[in-house]
Amino acid sequence: MIGSSGQRRRWTGGIFQQCYGYDGMSEMNKPSQRELASMFSEFIDPNFVIDDAETLRPYECDGLSVYCEMPLLVLLPETIAQVQRVMSICHQYHIPIVARGAGTGLSAGAMPNIDGVVLSLAKFNKILEIDALARTARLQPGVRNLAISEAANGYGLYYAPDPSSQIACTIGGNIAENSGGVHCLKYGLTVHNVLKVEMVTVEGEIVTIGSEGLDFCGFDLLALLTGSEGLLGVITEVTVKLLPVQEKAQVIMAAFDTVQQAGDAVAAVISQGIIPAGLEMMDSHAIRAAEDFVHAGYPVDAKALLLCEVDGTLQEVHETIDKVNRIFDQEGATTTRVSADEKERALLWKGRKNAFPAVGRISPDYYCMDGTIPRGQLAFVLSEMDKMSVHFGLRVANVFHAGDGNLHPLILFDANADGEFEKAEEFGGKILELCVAVGGCITGEHGVGIEKIRQMAIQFNDLEIAQFHGIKAAFDPLGTLNPGKGIPVLKRCQEYRSIASASVSTAVGVAS
Amino acid sequence: MSDISQQLVDRVISARGKGEKLSISGRGSKSFLGREIQGEELSLAAHTGIVNYHPVELVMTARAGTPLTEIEAVLHEQGQRLSFEPPTFSGEASIGGTFACNLSGPGRPWNGSVRDMVLGIKLINGRGEHLNFGGQVMKNVAGYDVSRTQAGAMGSLGIMTEISFKVMPIPAETLTLVQEMDAPQAIKTMNLLAATPKPLTAACWLDNKLYLRLSGAASAVEDTVKQWQGNVVEDGNHFWWSLNEQKLDFFNGDSPLWRFSTKPTAEHFYPAGEWLIDWGGAQRWFRGDHDLQKLEADAIEANGQVSLFRGGDRRGEVFHRQSSASEILHKRLKDAFDPDRLFNPGRLYSWL
Repeated sequence: MIGSSGQRRRWTGGIFQQCYGYDGMSEMNKPSQRELASMFSEFIDPNFVIDDAETLRPYECDGLSVYCEMPLLVLLPETIAQVQRVMSICHQYHIPIVARGAGTGLSAGAMPNIDGVVLSLAKFNKILEIDALARTARLQPGVRNLAISEAANGYGLYYAPDPSSQIACTIGGNIAENSGGVHCLKYGLTVHNVLKVEMVTVEGEIVTIGSEGLDFCGFDLLALLTGSEGLLGVITEVTVKLLPVQEKAQVIMAAFDTVQQAGDAVAAVISQGIIPAGLEMMDSHAIRAAEDFVHAGYPVDAKALLLCEVDGTLQEVHETIDKVNRIFDQEGATTTRVSADEKERALLWKGRKNAFPAVGRISPDYYCMDGTIPRGQLAFVLSEMDKMSVHFGLRVANVFHAGDGNLHPLILFDANADGEFEKAEEFGGKILELCVAVGGCITGEHGVGIEKIRQMAIQFNDLEIAQFHGIKAAFDPLGTLNPGKGIPVLKRCQEYRSIASASVSTAVGVAS
Repeated sequence: MSDISQQLVDRVISARGKGEKLSISGRGSKSFLGREIQGEELSLAAHTGIVNYHPVELVMTARAGTPLTEIEAVLHEQGQRLSFEPPTFSGEASIGGTFACNLSGPGRPWNGSVRDMVLGIKLINGRGEHLNFGGQVMKNVAGYDVSRTQAGAMGSLGIMTEISFKVMPIPAETLTLVQEMDAPQAIKTMNLLAATPKPLTAACWLDNKLYLRLSGAASAVEDTVKQWQGNVVEDGNHFWWSLNEQKLDFFNGDSPLWRFSTKPTAEHFYPAGEWLIDWGGAQRWFRGDHDLQKLEADAIEANGQVSLFRGGDRRGEVFHRQSSASEILHKRLKDAFDPDRLFNPGRLYSWL
């Protein structure tokens, strides 16, 4: 994700289009943009078959606006039958299809294809059913994440995964990315909270995957689809699990003089058999930026801040907060503070939840990365990152889902300064490689999209990537679903690895 | 503790060359499950050992043939456990077989399944390539989730050699309540209670009795016991263990054992039949000679699926049928992993 507006990178004819993406269609005679638009207008309201540049413009990128491309057409169908016809026409003419939810993704996964259509699911925004007794919600894919919990709240229920874009992002997009949030350690990711989906295949067939029971026979195609970034099919209906709203939630904040101490404190909490509902860490840059922005009362001289949320029954929360407070004291916390009421709990979270825009205020632009690491490697990774920061001459602020090891370094740069974005991008790539080197991975919840497609070659070898291509071909033999995203072509992997290994010596000591 | 992965790779390559079919098993504790198949035995019983365990990371990596009992013993020393409570089938089950069959215990609706807890695998595909997917961290969305796709595939996509999974702390306190109740009332009660923010971790109905398990922080468990109806069962854990290991009288005898995985609120059907209802209504065991096709219709009515878990005719189909669109995807996916169809051909479905 890039904060504030900077220059944008146009994709046409760019190196990525040639190198990482899809090679264009065969020589077949393809309908023109106008011919396609009139074909689709036969069964979709022509107002929602968009082909003029001005109306297409807002669709040229997703939340990672530095990568953009204009599509041939944007379609906003209203029925599943229309989606099926779109798919079968595109299949017939080999037209790329990029499905799109709210466009809040942070890895350019919904960036259009210049020869293709964007299939917006925005009109599929109805909550079809809430079954309070069975604790499930049946949804159209364009329903917003937060809207599910709002609708379920009247029954004392909620939908657990809560990505920070939850006010806008859609459940269909959440499935495409396997979205997380701040409560994953205890309540799981999207893949743990979805029971069933209806999907339209690239050929236009409807297939139901999953069940209203807790498991189903055959291969776990539901797991395969979750996080598949729109490369395997288009989701048209979703059934999710709902959980009972806990009696009480309370947050404890603790400040530390070193990142190592804060990391040890996290380990100590887990070692005591406590699984907090949320456990977040911020480094000194993030603490100061957030405090200046929201005035939550964070200690600005701290080197690391932990926010630990505990939920459960009234007695349980009381018992656990006491335990955590003692642990933080033993681990050398310089300050601790327990939320006295809901208002204070919201205030303590406000700084963390607004950490990205807060950092946006101290820099013209920022670039948000998304690597995961084993928690024990945190202090090492942050100190390596400090060295890289000096090497690249760019500041970096860190917010960390400490419970589940998901790191979000925010690289600060100025897009209007010559070459700074390229530097930030290279710095980001090196951070992801460091994550892999310490046993982690290149993306915890934002997805690969276009942004991290080069680093796929660091996490996976050629045989593994070839296996991914085999899976892709099983669902999408012509490769027209979201081409160029998620899985790199093999030839480019070898090239990237040789460039990466050649440049390692010029970067700073990446762990070996 | 030994690593025989290179032998396994060699075996696959040689089988491929000779056109042999392989019948893969972990330690053989679940040979009753799935369809009867032909093939050269390939056991992972000698491929054992815990490769990595970091209690504070809540992650363990073990070779696929490692017995669950060995894993549990190591976890217990650190106050941790497998929260999906897999059945050990008389102590014989392996972690690999458990995952391949996707079997989880009574806490499954609340604590997740083995599939939910798996983070990464090493897998030998049908080309004899030894591949790494997922990882040892909680969140990983790079590439397709090949790891979890293996859940329930019964080895038909490849030979898993190593599995990384999330482990959890042992709950501080566990108590079991029991009360008399008929099945329809029990189904309703289980669902109503599951919608309350209380530490319910198992709910089962058998012989006109509803059993409820509470576990978690001591204060939460003790307080809920005071608020809920039912008597505390003296040795409650033994009941859940016997249920999970299928040692209850209900599971005795040769009569076919059917497993329905349904919407938890589905109405009680065939009320005169022999039933055990677990997972808060979402897993229903049924005994007797029945026709799969007929039961499939009942399962669909209950918004779920059915399989012939043990006994009966194992040369016919035993798992709920796939739709034609899903069958095509299954075949293509099988070919993507195992182009010569070496692994467990026909174990899941006659056509796979």
